[in-house]
Amino acid sequence: MFWVTSIDPRVRIILALLFSLVVVSLKALPLLLVAFAMGLLILPGSGLSWQLTLKRMLAMDGFILLMLIMLPFTVAGDFWFSIAGFTATWQGLWRAVEIALKANAIVLMLLTLVGSMESVTLGHALGKLRVSRSLVHLLLFTVRYVEVLKEEYQRLRQAMQARAFRPGNNWHTYRSFGYLFGMLLVRAMERSERVMEAMQCRGFNGQLPMLAQLRMGLMDWVFISVMLAALGGLMYLEIYRVII
Amino acid sequence: MHIVDGALTTEVLLIGAALTGLGLMQGLRSMPLEKIPATGMLAATFFVASLIHVPLGPSSVHLIMNGVAGILLGWAAVPALFVGLLLQAIFFGYGGITVLGVNACNIALPAVLVYYLIRPFIVRASVRQQFIFGAFGGGLAVAGSTLMVAASLWFSGEEFIPAAKLVLVSHIPVIFIEALLSGATLYLVAKVKPELFMGRSW
Repeated sequence: MFWVTSIDPRVRIILALLFSLVVVSLKALPLLLVAFAMGLLILPGSGLSWQLTLKRMLAMDGFILLMLIMLPFTVAGDFWFSIAGFTATWQGLWRAVEIALKANAIVLMLLTLVGSMESVTLGHALGKLRVSRSLVHLLLFTVRYVEVLKEEYQRLRQAMQARAFRPGNNWHTYRSFGYLFGMLLVRAMERSERVMEAMQCRGFNGQLPMLAQLRMGLMDWVFISVMLAALGGLMYLEIYRVII
Repeated sequence: MHIVDGALTTEVLLIGAALTGLGLMQGLRSMPLEKIPATGMLAATFFVASLIHVPLGPSSVHLIMNGVAGILLGWAAVPALFVGLLLQAIFFGYGGITVLGVNACNIALPAVLVYYLIRPFIVRASVRQQFIFGAFGGGLAVAGSTLMVAASLWFSGEEFIPAAKLVLVSHIPVIFIEALLSGATLYLVAKVKPELFMGRSW
């Protein structure tokens, strides 16, 4: 049993949110490193695989990566080096490092605390946190059918492949993909009609009962206290600039 | 087009969160309980769309299809696209939490705009014309999102202005591809299951 998974899902959601808010407001690099380390420290307890999590963290948009690489050249400041007439600055470098650390610290904590949850648990926990009922229901239906529709997509792709479809940069490809997505929409709609009828036959009145009984235990309070102390410490050090 | 945490200024984050909040309220109000399963199914379809890659030059781009989402769902496109972004952030680590409002607003508001500008033509169009209007809607939505992503960066500081310009230029081919694909999508839907957008909006 991994200890993170035994902590109340509501606590994990709220603490991940709080963590993001605190980390976003930090500026000192050592503190950001500490925040990042907090995520690394919790990761083994979440049962997520190291490789997959690190891969997901680093898999930022190619464009964001480009933006970070451009930053040393676009921030004004002290000379670092120059290449082909463009000068890079130290300030720009630190700004890029700051953003990369912040983004990854938050994503890591989010993946370990919330991403380690069953998606249905996430929906129920959000429901218990009084997030709008319609939004929670929408989320529950979406997570239920993402996998189903992904399989539907793969079936359609397989059918195209069987007819020797090979994607390329041409009108035929774009039209085929457009039709593919249109077919996906049509099938999704027809499936939702069938699902709705089946649910109504079983007495669905528009509400999914939230059966999960959540209760806070000793472990939850210990985890809350430790996290709050850590976040408070980070804020204190940031505001009073005790280091750097 | 997922901006990450830590780059944007607090003002931009707050404006994004506020706009998304208002959009969600309006979207959830326009979505009665019995429409939630269908909306969820469509939200899942748009989530799957973001996993579909189409070739573009030597590389490839993933589908966004927010224009089609706007045409089919109207205001309900806001919660549908928001849920998709939330799941991507939580389970795949794309984007972030404090920027979720900005990211959702950048994708979903152009969808709503397309709903108002294009949908009136769609419901009256012949099957052939569906392609034209669909292409217009699809291109317009992605162009809107691109402008908003660039603006989010632009207003976050001078150092991001080159990156914002890069976003604008690099998304021009994506706008055309999304237009073609959206046109083809709506053409197929009009042929196979026109009641998907002939009825009242979701």
